[in-house]
Amino acid sequence: MPLIETPDGPIWKRRTTKEQFIRWFIWLIAIAIIAYAWKGISDKTIWFFVQDAPRQAADIGARMIPPKFSYMSRLWAPVWDTLNIATLGTVIALVIAVPVAFAAAHNTTPHPIVRTIAIFIIVSSRSVNSLIWALMLVFIFGPGVLAGTIAIGLRSVGFCAKLLYEGIEEIDHTQVEAIEATGATKAQQMLFGIVPQVLPTFAGIGVFRWDINIRESTILGLVGAGGIGLELSGSINTLAWTQVSMILLVILSTVIVSEWVSAKVRGAII
Amino acid sequence: MSVAEPDFPSSWKKPPFIKSPLLRWSIIIGSAIYLALAFGTMDVDWERAAEGLPRGKRFLAAFFPPNFSDNLGVMWDGIFESIWMAIISTVAGIALSIPIGLGAARNLAPKWVYLVCRSIIGGSRTFPEIILAIFAVKLFGFGPFAGFVALSIGTIGFYAKLLAEDIENINPTQAEAIKATGSSWPQWINYAIQPQVMPRMIGLSVYRLDINFRESAVVGIVGGGGIGATLNTAFERYEFDTAAAILLIIIGIVMALEYTSGYLRKWVQ
Amino acid sequence: MLRLEGLKKRYKTGDYALQGVDLEIPDGQVIALIGPSGAGKSTLIRCVNRLVEPTEGKVYLGDLELTTLSSSKLRKARRRMGMIFQEYALVERLTVMENVLSGRLGYVGFWASCFRKFPKKDIQEAYRLLDRVGLMHMADKRADELSGGQRQRVGICRALIQDPDLLLVDEPTASLDPKTSRQIMRLINELCKERGLAAIINIHDVLLAQMYSQRVVGLKLGEIVYDGKPDGLNPAVLTNIYGEEDWEATIEEVDEDELVEDEVEEATV
Repeated sequence: MPLIETPDGPIWKRRTTKEQFIRWFIWLIAIAIIAYAWKGISDKTIWFFVQDAPRQAADIGARMIPPKFSYMSRLWAPVWDTLNIATLGTVIALVIAVPVAFAAAHNTTPHPIVRTIAIFIIVSSRSVNSLIWALMLVFIFGPGVLAGTIAIGLRSVGFCAKLLYEGIEEIDHTQVEAIEATGATKAQQMLFGIVPQVLPTFAGIGVFRWDINIRESTILGLVGAGGIGLELSGSINTLAWTQVSMILLVILSTVIVSEWVSAKVRGAII
Repeated sequence: MSVAEPDFPSSWKKPPFIKSPLLRWSIIIGSAIYLALAFGTMDVDWERAAEGLPRGKRFLAAFFPPNFSDNLGVMWDGIFESIWMAIISTVAGIALSIPIGLGAARNLAPKWVYLVCRSIIGGSRTFPEIILAIFAVKLFGFGPFAGFVALSIGTIGFYAKLLAEDIENINPTQAEAIKATGSSWPQWINYAIQPQVMPRMIGLSVYRLDINFRESAVVGIVGGGGIGATLNTAFERYEFDTAAAILLIIIGIVMALEYTSGYLRKWVQ
Repeated sequence: MLRLEGLKKRYKTGDYALQGVDLEIPDGQVIALIGPSGAGKSTLIRCVNRLVEPTEGKVYLGDLELTTLSSSKLRKARRRMGMIFQEYALVERLTVMENVLSGRLGYVGFWASCFRKFPKKDIQEAYRLLDRVGLMHMADKRADELSGGQRQRVGICRALIQDPDLLLVDEPTASLDPKTSRQIMRLINELCKERGLAAIINIHDVLLAQMYSQRVVGLKLGEIVYDGKPDGLNPAVLTNIYGEEDWEATIEEVDEDELVEDEVEEATV
């Protein structure tokens, strides 16, 4: 606590006693909550397993080395699927996100009720994880790439629409006003005044989300929605640890490559 | 006006975005081929899809009305477990992130510390929380402890990276001014760095709490405890009305958190 | 040509920006609208083409009453009024040509404008205008690559390609340096003469107002307090419009400056 004192003159304190008291009180509550939360977790933990964990980790680690490189020949297809799930999912999301974003932005929404609906779509899409979407879609479409793609699409709609509508709200309004003054219709104002301003944002969002979706689509296989996650859960269930490490290696390189690609593309756009 | 006015062209084409025609066309054709191939791999089973429609309808019908009452006790258990997990993993993750983030800021740390911290961040960012959770479950057994570990590691990758970037972007003159007073290193961090990065970091920790809660809903699917486990059980038992109730609760809590975090961020800044 | 009758505008805050303005502008007359910030100059101009909806009063363009028009009829009426903006208000990410052609949006359909299929006549006219303002070679440049003066010329082209009867000009020189300001004002003036256009020019700069207009209207707190010849602006009038200040210098400067400057410019052009 920063405190400066002069020998016998006035004493400067950063906060008054009352403020100080309130701060201590808030800290106390926070610590109490954390302690209670910790108790909630530790009650349900079997500490024997936790103590055993380092040994387990060493054991599994040893079994994972060396990765089974020959397994790669069977991984090309799932990697290709993973890529497609991410890309097509992003495309689907962008197609849906555009109208939703225009409905959600204050300056383009046709009606407050429409805006509320659009916001609700955005929030529900964002709060349900893609794995849960996949879990539900596998019930409808059956296991496979299709369910995964749609899951990624639905999950990304909220993210893309949110960023896009924030972009739409930040545009320079006078440019639109100038188009309006020429006698252009609403649709033309959107086309000439708004679209050119948000196009770079739009492209940036697409690439950004694609990068995230590559990561997300690597796990969808855990619930049967296609991609490399399917191989991962199969290998873990059969305790084929050398295959697991190979898959992790592949995921790692996919993620690095996608991050590199998205950084390049974003650099080119902006 | 003169009669011999020059003749102006009567057509105009927008100059293309990509200047070189070869590059332009190869990008267009390349993406068309890729999209065709990608759609090819979708192997849409049309029979199944046709079945899927009524199935989807039945599926959705089974969701309504959401059933909050039958499994109330289990649901509350799951929700609280998720909340505890989100809180603890956020606190632990941030506590670990602060030294790592300081170490990963190029303007603070010596080269070797910087490299070590950056690789820790890189490592924890690569794998989605779910994969971390799978391994945590293998190591620590089923239950919320595994979820807690997975989410804490995920938090480090997120929080330490942003903290490091924020520190790298601070106003250097303020930092110099404090250094010029002859302060020690911890004093310098406390007076020059902390006030500059603090508001944003508080906002980000609320945001991360929000993310951790959402993620806690899925680590349960692989055995990491929390509301996700409850949700998974509901799906496995085909209790879709309970699943619907759980999803609604998740959406509700996430909305509340988003609202609070927005409010808190405004209040802090 | 243009007649305002008892025009009032009250904003949501309850403040009156205009409190009953009566003004009549005959064909081909260029008037300068002067007054301090917040006097309602911008509001007045925007009430004419209803970018701002007037609260009370009438606006006649020829015989057409504008304030009661339906939105589709209003769009037709707006085609007859070209507008030039303070910060140019070009769509920065479109090319110069697209910006000029956007002045024809009121005449072409949605799909034609979507695919940039403007009539040959319009494209010729766009080139002719760009040539007139000396920007022919810039047609394919993006608007944000242009300098301030160049942008304002493009803004002028956009207004003129509408083939308007009236120009509404809102602080055309506010973001330009003194020399460019004069060039732009002279250009607007010349073009109005060439085409027999009436114009209302909002302007901060009393000097420019006197130099480039046939009539000056002074606005103060939403009311007209001066309406007369440019050389009728004496210290008493200016004090009435803007408040107490030493005005002698400003006015004296005008006469000499105008003569000298114009001779010099004439020689260089």
